[in-house]
Amino acid sequence: MTRTSPARIALYVISALVLVYLILPVLIIAPISFSSARFLTFPPPSFSLRWYQQYFSSTAWMQATQVTLTVAFLTVLIATPCGVAAAYAISQSKLRIMRLIHMALLLPLVVPIIITAVGIFFVYAKVGLVATMPGLVLANMMLGLPYVVISVLAGLQSFDPAQEMVARSLGMNRLRSFFAVTLPQIKSSVVAGGIFAFISAMDETIVALFISGGQYQPLTKRMFTALRDEIDPTIAAISTLMTAGSFMLVLVATARQKGSA
Amino acid sequence: MTTSLSDPSQQHQRREHGLMLALVSPALLVILALIVLPVGWLAWQSIYHDGFTLENYRRVFTEDLYWRSFALTFEISLAVMVIALLLGYPVAYLANSVPKGWSILILSLVVLPFWTSVLVRAYAWLALLQRTGVINQFLRYLDVIGEPLALVHNVFGTVVATVHILLPFMVLPLYATMQKIPNDLMQAGASLGASPSLTFMRVFLPLSLPGVLAGCTMVFVLCLGFYITPELLGGGRTVMVSMLVSRNVELYNQFGAASAVAVVLLLCVLAIFFVVSRFISLDRVLGQK
Repeated sequence: MTRTSPARIALYVISALVLVYLILPVLIIAPISFSSARFLTFPPPSFSLRWYQQYFSSTAWMQATQVTLTVAFLTVLIATPCGVAAAYAISQSKLRIMRLIHMALLLPLVVPIIITAVGIFFVYAKVGLVATMPGLVLANMMLGLPYVVISVLAGLQSFDPAQEMVARSLGMNRLRSFFAVTLPQIKSSVVAGGIFAFISAMDETIVALFISGGQYQPLTKRMFTALRDEIDPTIAAISTLMTAGSFMLVLVATARQKGSA
Repeated sequence: MTTSLSDPSQQHQRREHGLMLALVSPALLVILALIVLPVGWLAWQSIYHDGFTLENYRRVFTEDLYWRSFALTFEISLAVMVIALLLGYPVAYLANSVPKGWSILILSLVVLPFWTSVLVRAYAWLALLQRTGVINQFLRYLDVIGEPLALVHNVFGTVVATVHILLPFMVLPLYATMQKIPNDLMQAGASLGASPSLTFMRVFLPLSLPGVLAGCTMVFVLCLGFYITPELLGGGRTVMVSMLVSRNVELYNQFGAASAVAVVLLLCVLAIFFVVSRFISLDRVLGQK
């Protein structure tokens, strides 16, 4: 295996090219965002922060950013406890229906998102949730739930439920024993699941395209509309900030997950 | 956890069941209200409009526009799947056969774009591929081409960007499967006198097929419902099924037609998952996401 045969060299070359293909687009955005040119020119003629200035001084972009961050935070606040409770019940209960419920909770990953988006739009239109904050938060919470459930279920797999039994036999009630014994041991997977739900809410575009409007438009919807019309380097600045932000979150999440393993 | 040994009382058991159902109910309610009900609504709307009608489905199956869109979507998904497999297999193989440190590096590079917004990547591909984009400028600088190539706002651009987004979904299940193939088997093959390529073809490749199936399923199914990338990079002519749905809603207010298209798309996806689940566990397919 270690001998460098021609096949092996070909393998190195192909893999290297594929990896370049994978990361090149991610790397190309930052230089564009720091360019002074109005239109895309590469290499950039000179360094400038004008697109960042443009972003931070635009009321529309700032409002959209605020909506996105609010939605993402509320999504995590609601999705995490619901997801943890569900994952705990699924792992502890011997009810046969739990298998079915487990599958139902993963539905958001199975149903193509465009179908979910249009369906939610029709339902929201009936109940008056289109272009509202609660509507956005609820939809994102639904989409983020599977990430919390999957992550916490994985964490619970390595947890021995007998420990909780011991705490209860020593007189703790169920809730206290969960918070004192179980939760500290699965903390990392809870945090990781929450972070994934946060990123999913930050990134969500398609459902927002259908159900958001007016002053409650998240960043991604405005970016999508802007991209459809013309390529404005302001988007490169926003993209760079978003990418940097989500990388930091992922680093935290994976460090957490490793800690729990 | 209640075991029959520690707790024979039925009442306790019932309380336990009630508690567990209560714990799972908030999440379940949200799922029922925001995905089961909406999809059910779509299904109902596709067959009911002032009385039962199959008119919407007749349109989907007979009108040229709809047919072509479904055919194009399946063609693009198939192409994306095959390209992703051809590009992903060598990378997964390499990550599996190098020392741990290197494989972590390779896999990090694979999942790095995974965590970049799809919109951001669409923007990046526009910047790279458009007429005045980085690649055309570079090629003209080298004098390889006279006129800029049409690399985007067509099927080509859509496929390039879609493969880029879906490649991690191919590499991860492939790698997970390859990890489980015992190295001894390859050594056994070699010790019996088989050449490396023969052991690969006869031993390694067949054993990695579950991973191939898992990766291909995920990529194909995700591609069937792709929306943002074809909308932004397809140039309006690459009308995939998802765009058919959104246009019927946003532009033409044809809710019944949109619902019928959505239902047919969903049935395709479910049928694929059903067939695949006969061969491998679905956890394997979905677990990577």
